[in-house]
Amino acid sequence: MRQATLHFTKIINGKKTEMHVCEHCAREKGEAIPGTDSFSIHHLFSGLFHTDDSNATQRDQNTKAELKCPNCGLSYEKFLHIGRFGCASCYETYSTRLSSVFRRVHGGNSKHGGKIPKRIGETIQIEQRIEEMRAMLNEHIQKEEFEKAAELRDEIRALTKQKDIPREGEEEG
Amino acid sequence: MSLNQFLEHAISPWMKKDGIESDIVLSSRIRLARNMNAFTFPILSSKEEAYTASQYIKEALASTQTNALGNAEMLTMDEMKTNDKRILVEKHLISPHLAEQSKHGAVLLSEDESVSIMVNEEDHIRIQVLTAGFDLDHTYQAASSLDDWMESHLTYAYDRQYGYLTSCPTNVGTGMRASVMMHLPALAITQQLQRILPAINQLGLVVRGIYGEGSEALGNLFQISNQMTLGKSEQDIIEDLQGVVKQLIQQERAARGSLLDHSHLKLTDRVHRSLGVLSHSHIIDSKEATRRLSDLRLGIDLGMIEGISASILNELMIVTQPGFLQRYAETVLSPEQRDERRATLIRERLKLEYTNK
Repeated sequence: MRQATLHFTKIINGKKTEMHVCEHCAREKGEAIPGTDSFSIHHLFSGLFHTDDSNATQRDQNTKAELKCPNCGLSYEKFLHIGRFGCASCYETYSTRLSSVFRRVHGGNSKHGGKIPKRIGETIQIEQRIEEMRAMLNEHIQKEEFEKAAELRDEIRALTKQKDIPREGEEEG
Repeated sequence: MSLNQFLEHAISPWMKKDGIESDIVLSSRIRLARNMNAFTFPILSSKEEAYTASQYIKEALASTQTNALGNAEMLTMDEMKTNDKRILVEKHLISPHLAEQSKHGAVLLSEDESVSIMVNEEDHIRIQVLTAGFDLDHTYQAASSLDDWMESHLTYAYDRQYGYLTSCPTNVGTGMRASVMMHLPALAITQQLQRILPAINQLGLVVRGIYGEGSEALGNLFQISNQMTLGKSEQDIIEDLQGVVKQLIQQERAARGSLLDHSHLKLTDRVHRSLGVLSHSHIIDSKEATRRLSDLRLGIDLGMIEGISASILNELMIVTQPGFLQRYAETVLSPEQRDERRATLIRERLKLEYTNK
């Protein structure tokens, strides 16, 4: 057992987590953390994708190599080379490959846990509500509770309309 | 000329304020990376599209000013001289990327220079807020308010799964880089940093030197920031960073105490020797200058040197960089000329400190 160099205590929502790191482990694991040099970051990132590829079949490789973002035209090959996305749609185009890569770059995480933009947040909440109501609607139909189903259908229509109406004074972007 | 207000002084107004723990933590910084949904990201966009995106953002910024920025100034990279851009980089108001590689890049600078909103950096928008001392919470609140203000006018690229969509995958999610700049001379002198810094990496933070090539840390100045941006909330990222910084502050204070207790004479000699060199040199390179300035700042903080303001480290660290040297000289300087000019500036600045008291 080696003496810990750094002691770090974190208390979140009343739960206490302690981390004790000895310098030997830190030095070993520290080497695995990407550096801040932009050159090495992006080549590391490209390497992550290539590592992913090695598990794919040849046919899959050929198919994916032809992937191209329909919005900005960034090809998968160029994406690997520059290690950067070309537009928001790239995330959707390459979505099947992103979670595992993000997990490696972001310490095991692949889902956003932070701030939500206010305007987008409103839309997201409405969409979630609509999905919930659709599920309830289907349930009522299954039970042949058609009056309740009709009520929900009207509410869903109202929410859909609300979601799609641009905010007053809002520019279309 | 409005640009001149940012070029004439090495030290930003916010730097003159005393901050929390500011003898060790020189500044706190929050940077938010954002893109617009409707445009190709800057790194891949054509010049025409980059121009359109830039104009769109500038108009949004101009349509309603916010009080938080004071009399803010919009500066366009293409209209600036190379050396003027270099000065803004040296003051950390814009990034090297914005200065050198951006297409139709611009920056909105607040009057006190604590806020930079960069347009068409690697991402469409980079919001940066700087605060004196150790104050990440308030710094984040300021950045987040500006973020909300901008988002009320612009539609951000955002995904429920991945959060704020950025050009570089290392920024996705929160898009937030939180960092502090620390002056850790005693830990360096007592050879403790070699053990401590790798341990910090283990916790998902990055430590790098300022004003140095590669991992070398000139002037014992270190920037500590979060590595990961996806998965944790902004608050969690900040709390993790705060926890480590507090430990470092404690350890630096302990190391300073130890030096005073056990090596008082050596430390006194080192500090005053550096003051002597800085006060009398006629040639000094940037490496030696930053090392000596670090000693001077340590001496000031420990009360060994009186009559010189603590902010002199911040100021002279910047004013002795090539861009500022050349601006003062109003010409391009060779390395030898810069070393001579640097020494002259430092001597005159120190003389001014004594004159003002």
